[in-house]
Amino acid sequence: MQSTLLRTVRLGVQSLLLHKLRSSLTTLGVLFGVSSVIAMLAIGEGASIEAQNQIRQLGSQNVILRAVKPPEQGVSNQRQRVLAYGLLDDDLARIEETFPGIERVVPLREISEDVRFGSRSMRPRIISTLPAYIEATGRVVDRGRFLDEFDEASHANVCVLGYEVARFLFPLSSPLGERIKLGADYFICVGTLLPRVLLQSDRPAPGKDITGEVFIPLNTGAKWFGKMQVKMRAGSMDMEAVELHEIIVAVKEAENVPLVASACREMLAREHSQRDYEVVVPLELLLRAEETKRIFNIVLGSIAGISLLVGGIGIMNVMLATVTERTREIGIRRALGAKQSHIITQFLVETVVLSAGGGVLGVALGIAIPSAVERFADMRTVVTPGAPLLAFGISAGIGVIFGLYPAWRAATMDPVEALRHE
Amino acid sequence: MSTASPVQAAAELDSVSRVYPMGGTDVRALDDFTFSFGQGEFWAIMGSSGSGKSTLLNILGCIDRVTSGTFSLAGEDVSLLDDNALSDLRSRKLGFIFQSYNLIPQLNVLENILVPLFYQDNPPEDGEQRARALAERVGLSDRLDHRPQELSGGQQQRVAIARSLVNDPTLILADEATGNLDSSTAAEILDLFDELHAEGKSILLVTHEPEIGARAERVLRLKDGRIDEVYGNQRGAF
Ligand SMILES: Nc1ncnc2c1ncn2[C@@H]1O[C@H](COP(=O)(O)OP(=O)(O)O)[C@@H](O)[C@H]1O
Ligand SMILES: [Mg+2]
Repeated sequence: MQSTLLRTVRLGVQSLLLHKLRSSLTTLGVLFGVSSVIAMLAIGEGASIEAQNQIRQLGSQNVILRAVKPPEQGVSNQRQRVLAYGLLDDDLARIEETFPGIERVVPLREISEDVRFGSRSMRPRIISTLPAYIEATGRVVDRGRFLDEFDEASHANVCVLGYEVARFLFPLSSPLGERIKLGADYFICVGTLLPRVLLQSDRPAPGKDITGEVFIPLNTGAKWFGKMQVKMRAGSMDMEAVELHEIIVAVKEAENVPLVASACREMLAREHSQRDYEVVVPLELLLRAEETKRIFNIVLGSIAGISLLVGGIGIMNVMLATVTERTREIGIRRALGAKQSHIITQFLVETVVLSAGGGVLGVALGIAIPSAVERFADMRTVVTPGAPLLAFGISAGIGVIFGLYPAWRAATMDPVEALRHE
Repeated sequence: MSTASPVQAAAELDSVSRVYPMGGTDVRALDDFTFSFGQGEFWAIMGSSGSGKSTLLNILGCIDRVTSGTFSLAGEDVSLLDDNALSDLRSRKLGFIFQSYNLIPQLNVLENILVPLFYQDNPPEDGEQRARALAERVGLSDRLDHRPQELSGGQQQRVAIARSLVNDPTLILADEATGNLDSSTAAEILDLFDELHAEGKSILLVTHEPEIGARAERVLRLKDGRIDEVYGNQRGAF
């Protein structure tokens, strides 16, 4: 003979199937509640991981100064052909000489030239920088090595290729030792880097060129391309002149990061007459990301709570109607020997079947939504294994909580009255 | 006139009252009612509408509580039992048959017959065999997986009778069991009662129809919640 619980569950399912439309509509409430919980958790988790990766890539102990083109003031002076802005070698010197508690300072200069090997040509970011760049950013060498002090001292014509550039120029062979043309000059490739953690923001839009990086020694860059990067601006005779595009300030102790950041801001505000720079502090971003996530979780929690509450009330409503409708059945069962606990179990099982059914479908939908979001909205999502479990557990719990009152109503009916009910 | 029965009582009531407070006045559905139904007896309980027949049956069936007085089933005092114990008693010792059959619509015939066993603490191993045998006995073994809605009134009442027998009750309580049936179907049902009586079952059959009352072994006539008349029928007099 089947176990009593199994029979009770089967009985509950039979009763629910008697009103298929009503049961499935009731289930919908829980279904959407559960799936929205899972989907929102997945989107929140994805955004958080994305932010963390981005921040980790910048280096959480770094303060990053970047050149920013200042906003143009009305119609520009016709005679001023060159727009000079950005960070200066003087800024670099000031930081190196006067700031305490700093591990290293790494300047970056970007050079706009084509990169060519054989018949293949592309226009990645060419970055001239110091060997310390790799420590400051935590980038990892794939093959060969990164730039070293000897390259720097000897103004060597060497380069290190980023992953994408290496893949594009050397799809089948190794680039190590090959002569690559940057602008008009040849550089020997001494190494390649692993890709950065791929960020959503890195993904090239379809049809666009892949971006990538090529690294050359700072001195070599200055030797061949000058200390001032002068760039023709598209569609005009104007030019842009930038000394340094970026300065990475690596701080020794994490707790000093805010101090160094404000010192940098102060110094730049004092020395620059226009706002042609920005200060990016990954640690601040991290804190802000955590705060955002916290707020997101509160909002999410409230929405999820409300939607599940609505689902639960829907279930309770239907179960109350069911109990009234089945008053006579309850009377019959009581007359034939059902204890109050039997009746309670019977109706609780029905609500739990309803809500758990909605929970199962909700979990399925909740896992499907994030992957759809990922595909169509181009957002990263992460369904953690705990999320469906949590959502399902809550839905079953909702069934019990909101089923208790209707079940209690059913169980405490007077059998004689119930039997007389039409 | 009363037939003093030498057998052990199936049900015994001692100054039982059931009072419904209605506004200012009390309705005494049963009024200081003392009586004893013997084991294996087949009683028709008669009386005009409102005389207290259903109330008596509900109290004996342990689904209604007495306002005062005591009563016992097969020697066991039940007036002090709690709801759980009463439910247990119903599932083990009582068989109910109702005027409107009262089968459970979402269950098939076999499952309906099994309901009382479902609620027993220790259901018998051979419950399903027993249910099948009872279905066979009431002539419905080819309808086991039908739903009540697919059966005629007479067939439904046969299922209800099978259901009332599945727990091998000490007392069968039938309230207007033939009230919804045409006379030939009713006669078939009454034949079943006769058979059960012949097997030694104790049966209380509420009816207001004299010709049905005449089929019973003995008749208890109520009036305003009190005993009006008690008499025995000559066997085969009908
Ligand atoms: N729930 C109730 N509330 C008030 N009065 C009731 C209730 N049930 C029965 N009565 C009254 O008790 C008396 C006996 O009723 P009942 O036992 O149903 O009679 P019968 O079955 O003989 O027609 C009637 O006067 C009826 O109105
Ligand atoms: Mg009645």
